[in-house]
Amino acid sequence: MGSATPVDGDCGSGAVRTGNVLPLLHEIRHALQRWLDAGEPAMIDLRSIPMAPGEEDELVSLLGEGEVHARLSALGPSDIYETRFPGVWLVTHYNDNEEIMSRFIEVIDMPSILKSQTEDIRDGQERLAAQLR
Amino acid sequence: MAKHKSLLETLQHQGISRRSFLKFCASTASLMALPPAMIPAVASALEQARRPSVIWLSFQECTGCTESLTRSHSPTVEGLIFDAISLDYHHTLQAASGHAAEAARTAAMEENYGNYLVVVDGSIPTANPGYSTIAGISNRDMLLETATGAAAIISVGSCAAFGGIPHAKPNPTGAVAVSDLITDKPIINVSGCPPIPVVISGVLTHFLTFGTIPALDALGRPKAFFGQSIHDRCYRRPFYDKGLFAESFDDEGAKKGWCLYKLGCKGPTTFNACATAKWNSGTSFPIQSGHPCLGCSEPDFWDGGGFYKPLSTPTEDIAATLVYGAAAGAAAGVALGTLNHARKTRAQQAHAPVTVDDLEKGDGQ
Ligand code: SF4
Ligand code: SF4
Repeated sequence: MGSATPVDGDCGSGAVRTGNVLPLLHEIRHALQRWLDAGEPAMIDLRSIPMAPGEEDELVSLLGEGEVHARLSALGPSDIYETRFPGVWLVTHYNDNEEIMSRFIEVIDMPSILKSQTEDIRDGQERLAAQLR
Repeated sequence: MAKHKSLLETLQHQGISRRSFLKFCASTASLMALPPAMIPAVASALEQARRPSVIWLSFQECTGCTESLTRSHSPTVEGLIFDAISLDYHHTLQAASGHAAEAARTAAMEENYGNYLVVVDGSIPTANPGYSTIAGISNRDMLLETATGAAAIISVGSCAAFGGIPHAKPNPTGAVAVSDLITDKPIINVSGCPPIPVVISGVLTHFLTFGTIPALDALGRPKAFFGQSIHDRCYRRPFYDKGLFAESFDDEGAKKGWCLYKLGCKGPTTFNACATAKWNSGTSFPIQSGHPCLGCSEPDFWDGGGFYKPLSTPTEDIAATLVYGAAAGAAAGVALGTLNHARKTRAQQAHAPVTVDDLEKGDGQ
């Protein structure tokens, strides 16, 4: 999560590895299989996994960027990328100060946060109707 | 903001969309260290959540815990949570003082009797009540009086949870923890010196969201944050397992980021969320900055025999001892002195993996 801030808080950590990147990639591979077999989505909270400095960036660059990039503006921005692997999404929620609040990997055809919500559609419909009155 | 609106109504009133609410729920679940599968449960609980009234008591303390909390909340997701709680009394933060402030406390107690949350930072002196008073009321009296109508008490920081630094030998003020004086209320210990900001707000959020007490370990700490040792989540662990240690703060090992065990790291006996939650918006934590863990979230960490003294003083070669230690996993660490050894053993036994059921359980210990 260090990418959100210019502060370098690391010391003597040049070559440290937790070895958590590879198992995570395997977990994603299994999740893709479950999606293909059963349509079962998966979500991994990156805050819950111990990472050495730089490992999260390594994971993100291994996943790469695919065809879709969406930016929300809802309680601060959110960045939603489809990675090089279709069906694997990287969802990063920021607050108004662009600090990362949470970060997830989602395995699904489209993260549900992208869809318009019925409540919001109803609200918008009412606003449009009021405007036309 | 009306006191009895649900959180959802409050957010809607502020023009916050459903999509924003869902984003808020995802981040809240992450903040509470809940698995992402719990996000829908968090959403439906938050829709109905009411603003709880909170009375915050600061006793023998350094204000570091309040500093930690206020650093966490302003522009973040926790900020919304704090907009959603009704902080009726906090004598460090509130504008009123003296009798006016005490009147606010009494009013909040009467209005929400049986339902309000008491948050305490600082220990309570028992040797002489004069060591710490508020508006002429001793800390002990104020705690006992305020606790009577509380739904639960959250002890924020190692002082309120375990006595902390005031309780360090020779404990001149006779400082005790909240749990030494209150035995008939659920108490959640959020230890740390100071506690990690997201852990404080995560626990408050849990209460706000589910209206229950999270599952606790044997020392009364929420398992979601204190369920694993620093050592078990430390990114330097591969070096410990290989027996590669920094011997001083500027040797080759230190430069290569090797394990800090020999420099006194208390990670093996310390249960806290530093290694994953980190500090300063996820920037770093002490071990990542090259300093051993002091064990600040454990009872009597101040009297643990020296911050730079390794946990055990092995007679043989430390690397050989540690190969055995690594095999034994988390149980390898020895307790901070013999004082709290039994408590600690119980705590370690209680550190079973946390399930969703545990988190929803509201029965305290
Ligand atoms: S002893 Fe300390 S530095 Fe070494 S692995 Fe354990 S927690 Fe990390
Ligand atoms: S690393 Fe250890 S001493 Fe430092 S804040 Fe975390 S628990 Fe406390």
